Amino acid sequence: MNRGYVLRIGLLLLTAILFAVALYMVFLYVPNIKDLRADRVFYFHVPVDWSAFLAYFVVFVSSIVYLRTRDTKWDMIATSAVEIGVVFNTLMLVTGSIWARPNWGTWWNWEPRLTTALVLWLVYVGYLLVRGYSSGREQAARLSAVIGIVGFVDVPIVFLSTKWWQLQHPGALVFETGGLDPTMLAALMVSLAAFTCLFFVLQIQRVSLKRAEAELQMLMDSTE
Amino acid sequence: MTFWKKVAAITWKDALTELRTKEVVFTVLVFAILVIVIFNFAFGTTSEAVALVGPGILWVTFAFSGVLSLNRAFIAEREAGCLEGLMAAPMSREAVYVGKMLGSFISMLVVEIVTLPVFAVFFNLDVFSLQLVVITLMATIGFVAVGTLFSALAVNTRAREMVLPILFLPIVVPVIISAVKASGLALTGGSWADVVQWLQIILAFDAIFLVVSFLVFGYVIEE
Repeated sequence: MNRGYVLRIGLLLLTAILFAVALYMVFLYVPNIKDLRADRVFYFHVPVDWSAFLAYFVVFVSSIVYLRTRDTKWDMIATSAVEIGVVFNTLMLVTGSIWARPNWGTWWNWEPRLTTALVLWLVYVGYLLVRGYSSGREQAARLSAVIGIVGFVDVPIVFLSTKWWQLQHPGALVFETGGLDPTMLAALMVSLAAFTCLFFVLQIQRVSLKRAEAELQMLMDSTE
Repeated sequence: MTFWKKVAAITWKDALTELRTKEVVFTVLVFAILVIVIFNFAFGTTSEAVALVGPGILWVTFAFSGVLSLNRAFIAEREAGCLEGLMAAPMSREAVYVGKMLGSFISMLVVEIVTLPVFAVFFNLDVFSLQLVVITLMATIGFVAVGTLFSALAVNTRAREMVLPILFLPIVVPVIISAVKASGLALTGGSWADVVQWLQIILAFDAIFLVVSFLVFGYVIEE
C-alpha cells in the first residue's frame, strides 16, 4: 500500500469519527433551547455554508493557477471543487429554508446572505453548463476557469449590494454578541471540522476519479 | 499604432458596420419597447403600480436588451470568419476587448437614449434628470464590461447565444439591484446623497470587472 492510499483511508476514518461525535453532540450533548425551533439544523447549516465557500475558494485559486500553468491537474481540482461546492450550496439553501420556516414563518426571504447564496448557486451551475457546452477538454478548462475567477470576484459585491436591505439573518446574533453557549459552540466546531474533512475526502476522491477517467480516455485513444 | 488607436479602429469598425446595416440597434430597440409593453400588461398602469415597479421595468428592459445586443457583438464576428481575422490582426487581445466593449457601449447607449423617452411617455414619468443619466451611464459600463467577456466566451461554446444570459445575469445582479434602487430614488426626487450611496456599488462593480475582464479576456478567445 502506498502512502497516498493510507492517508486517504486515514482521512476517511477521521471524517467518519468526527461525524459520529458531531451527531452525538448535536442531538444529545447540547441542551434544548425553548425559544428556538429546529435549532439543530444550525449545526449542519453553518458547516455546509463554510464548506461551500471553501470549495468555491479552491475553484478560484486553482482556476488562476490553471490559466497560468495550463496543467490539467488544476482544472481537475477546480471542476471537482465546483461539483462538490454546488452540492454543499444546494444543501445550504435547503437547510437554511428548513430553519427559516419555523423561525421566520417563511421558507425564503431576500435577505443578503440568502440572496448571495442563491446567486452563487446560479453562477456555478452556469459554470457546469458551460463545461457541458464546450468542445474539447482544453476549451472547457479554459472557459470554465474564467467563470471560476469572475464568479468568485462577484461574491463580495453581490453581498454588499444586497446587504442594504433588511438584515434578518441570525449570523450577527450568534457570532458577534457571543450569544452561543459553550456546549453549542463546541458542537458547532466539531461539526465544522467534520464537514471540512468531508469536503477534502470528496475532493480527493473526485480528483482521483477524474484522473482515472483521463487515463482511461488516453488508453482508449491509443488503441484506436 | 498605439493601444488606443487600435482600440479606436475596432470600435469604429463596429460602429461603421452598425451604421450601414442598422441591424442591432433597430432590432434591440423594437425588443426593448416590446418588453415595456409586455410589462405594462403584466403590472398595470395605475400610478401606484408604476411608482412601485417603474424602475424595475426600466432595468429589466435594459438588462434583457443588453443581452440581446451583447450576444450579437461576437456572433456577428463569428459569421464570416471575422474573429480569426481579428485575432490575426497585429494587436493585443486587450485591445480587442476594449474596442469591442466600447462598440457595445455605444450601441447600448443608443438603445437606452431612445428607450428612456418611450418609457417616460408610456408610464408618465419624468425621466430627464441628471441623476438618471449618471446611473444609466455607470450601470451600462458595468453591463458591457462583463457582457463583452461573456459574449466572447459564449460564442466559442456549442450553445452559443444560450450561454450569455445564464452567465451574465447572475453576475450583474449587484448592478441591477443598485440601478433599480438608485433610479427609484431619482424618479421620486431623492437627494444626490441617497443616489450616490447606490452609485458607489456600481462604481466598485465597474472598476473591478473592467480590470478582471481585461486581464482574463485573452484566455477566452485564444484558439
